[in-house]
Amino acid sequence: MTQKSAEELAKKQREISIAEFFEKNRHLLGFDNPRRALLTAIKEAVDNALDACEEAGIMPEINVELIQLSEDRFRIIVEDNGPGIIKKQLPNIFAKLLYGSKFHKLSATRGQQGIGISAAVLYGQLTTGKPATVISKTGPDNKANRIKIKIDTQTNKPQILEEKEEEWEGKDHGTRIEIDMEGSYMKGRQSVDEYIKETAIVNPHTTIIYTNPEANQIIFPRAVEELPPEPKEIQPHPYGVELGRLIKMLEITEAKTLQQFLTSEFVRVGAGTAKEICENSSLLPKTKPKQISREMAENLYKGIQKTKIIAPPTDCISPIGSEDLEKGLRKEINAEFYCSTTRPASVYRGNPFVIEAALAFGGDQAADSSVRIMRFANRVPLLYLQGACAITNSIQNTSWRSYGLQQSKNSLPVGPCTIVVHMTSVWVPFTSESKEALAHYNEIIKEIKLALQECGRKLASYVNKKRRIGEEAKKRSYIEKYIPHVADALKEIMELDDNKKKDIEDNLYEILEHTRGELEEIGIDNPDYDPELANIGREEKPKKEEQEREEKVNSKKEEKQTKLA
Amino acid sequence: MTKNSPVVEKIKEVAAGVYDKIRKLKQPEMEMPIRSLNNVDYNDKNGYFELLGKTKTRTLTASTIKTFAQTLRMMSLSKDLVNSDDIATKREAYYVSKNWGEARFKEQPESDAVMDDIEAMMAVNREQIGFIPEEKGGAVAGELIVIDKDQDTGKNLEIDCTKFGSGAYSVPSSVEHLKFKTKAKFVLAIETSGMFERLNKHKYWRKSNCILVAMGGVPTRACRRFIRKLADEMNIPVYVFTDGDFYGYFNIYRTLKVGSGNAAHINEYFCVPQAEFIGITPQDIIDYKLPTHPLKEVDVKRAKDALKNDPFVKHYKEWQKAAEQQIKMKARAEQQALAKHGLNFVIDKYLPDKLKNKKTWLP
Repeated sequence: MTQKSAEELAKKQREISIAEFFEKNRHLLGFDNPRRALLTAIKEAVDNALDACEEAGIMPEINVELIQLSEDRFRIIVEDNGPGIIKKQLPNIFAKLLYGSKFHKLSATRGQQGIGISAAVLYGQLTTGKPATVISKTGPDNKANRIKIKIDTQTNKPQILEEKEEEWEGKDHGTRIEIDMEGSYMKGRQSVDEYIKETAIVNPHTTIIYTNPEANQIIFPRAVEELPPEPKEIQPHPYGVELGRLIKMLEITEAKTLQQFLTSEFVRVGAGTAKEICENSSLLPKTKPKQISREMAENLYKGIQKTKIIAPPTDCISPIGSEDLEKGLRKEINAEFYCSTTRPASVYRGNPFVIEAALAFGGDQAADSSVRIMRFANRVPLLYLQGACAITNSIQNTSWRSYGLQQSKNSLPVGPCTIVVHMTSVWVPFTSESKEALAHYNEIIKEIKLALQECGRKLASYVNKKRRIGEEAKKRSYIEKYIPHVADALKEIMELDDNKKKDIEDNLYEILEHTRGELEEIGIDNPDYDPELANIGREEKPKKEEQEREEKVNSKKEEKQTKLA
Repeated sequence: MTKNSPVVEKIKEVAAGVYDKIRKLKQPEMEMPIRSLNNVDYNDKNGYFELLGKTKTRTLTASTIKTFAQTLRMMSLSKDLVNSDDIATKREAYYVSKNWGEARFKEQPESDAVMDDIEAMMAVNREQIGFIPEEKGGAVAGELIVIDKDQDTGKNLEIDCTKFGSGAYSVPSSVEHLKFKTKAKFVLAIETSGMFERLNKHKYWRKSNCILVAMGGVPTRACRRFIRKLADEMNIPVYVFTDGDFYGYFNIYRTLKVGSGNAAHINEYFCVPQAEFIGITPQDIIDYKLPTHPLKEVDVKRAKDALKNDPFVKHYKEWQKAAEQQIKMKARAEQQALAKHGLNFVIDKYLPDKLKNKKTWLP
């Protein structure tokens, strides 16, 4: 092998644009196969739409349309009634990766990084070569702006292909995005239909009008006439900040002194705590932030860990509420028993969070397969990567046997049961940018398990009651089995006639019925059940083999893609 | 139809009580004595376990209805048997129940228990309600003539118990009609057939002028009644010879002497208060240097249980001392262990010695 000089090698060394990186690593963002790409694109658009409406205090009304252009090509259209986006920002928001309003703040919104929707635009552009179209209107008196944009994958900058003002009849304000992309539309647990439905369930204040490729329009009307409390933005808690971020914050802060930096940039840090941190870091409170070296920053970081700081406020997050969560579950699943719980707020790495769980047992659900899990994070359904999620892990590590479900060690319980877990936090830790699985933080797992145990205990008392009633019914049939024998024997001993024997039997029924009381009836009593809703997203051929085959195809495609990369 | 026997009257009375309650829409009940050691007392005067009068009430509920139905059906069967002057063995009664559909017995112990309940409820002897056991009453050899009746002719039949050679006379399941002729000085009741065979083979009964009875474990009712009648009517003492263990003391000997807790209402007739225990006592194990087996945990448990709960043991200090002595020794010895000193040691030395020395006996 010939040796190469550093200069020769240097010819090949150059900057990689984020767009280029995405192009090769689209699976990280959830665009690894056509079916998932379609879902991810819609999900990003809907997340943004909901966030925008809620931030502006508008009751969301989202219109989602999926049009099949050819066998593997679709147009997705997502339109909201949000506040709109000013002309200047349109290109950056939709065609620049890592551009957004939510990364630098901590509040319980759906979007986080500012990657999602631009990634969808980029994916459309890569698979069809076509630009995305965005229309936005900011008020009844303004005209709408329509642009056609692409992303320059070299520079990660928006490329505007067409731009014009136009009237948008019948719309006071809102934004609409249309992206053409390669995709595959299928029903099932990981389908667009399922995502839309679950979104409607956990966002009861939202109206969603969804038109699927078969041109069926489904309307999910809002069930609650009130917006959830606006998620409050909080400053980061010192415990939640990593060294790199700390250095960055020191660079850009406007504070004049270290003490001022600590009190103004962080939550729960007053003058006293700030001084204590400085002392623990062997730094002077009056040090200028700009003059803090990397070593000093590291001292500061360690000092923070040494200092006792109160947990962040928890009123900045608003859970769905156990009642609404249960209501949503009742619509989706026809069961005998429901329960739900909302845990008090807790903290991981300085980020406050709340875990909610709900459970539906019995009824129409299959008793011989693993329980169904519905996962949500900040009101967003998580449909992929179930196995990698801390929620799944917590369910597996909870002992369900004592709650009346079957379970082999460290696996999902088996039984006619659906388990819902929702995490709300100012920063939901995902295992990857595709935001489909919660990371395994001990504090989070602990809270999930506590919520599951609360539900589990309620489930156990129901399962026990059900068993008791079952046994009682069995006992009664047992009684009835022997009544004729008592009557027969008495008839024989006392030489009674058949009428008297009949009297004995009748009386015995009455006596035993009287002493045992009425038998309590149990069964499905769920007026909220919405079979039409429940059917949405269900596979037409609910055969296991089909699903497995589909999964195989998907994983093969993934392999191919990684090879190509 | 002939006039009803008292048993049938009693059965009808119980059934009428149940019927009456049902007609009044009340939960029917049946009352019967509790059959356990807790419900018996021992006093010297009578010499047997007496019923204390604790009763259990079987109310018709979900958990009792099956047994309730079975008890009534069994009473009905008993009524038929008595009325037609027939009998059924316990096993046969169990098979009759197979006609009762869902109410049939799965295993014979279930039907035996129901039968015992009825027997106790009626306060009569099992035979009087038409049921007989299949069990043998024991083997007899020695200086005794049993006077039985020929089943066909009704003539007296004299059976000489010295004339069975290496075999023996077998006690029938019902012994009330038997009469005896004997000049023997005592009855020797023996636990094991093995020891009985040895004594019989060497005509020990001739040598010491006695009657040998092999109980074959815990004596059956017939065996107890046979020995009792024999002892009462011929006015001769009864000596008991068992293994040197708690089973021999508190199951075999105690049941023979004072009866059982299970059928206490009939103990009066099915016990031998004059019985005395000659061996093997715990002291014998030491005195005769007998080879032993270690006591098992269940043996010790049985002894402690007897010390605590058996009214008979609680009455006799001698037995308490013996039991404690044996628990301390942690050993037990079998009758056959005497063979260590020669096969006929038991005949030549042990029994003559023991019979001479009343002080080595236990009450």
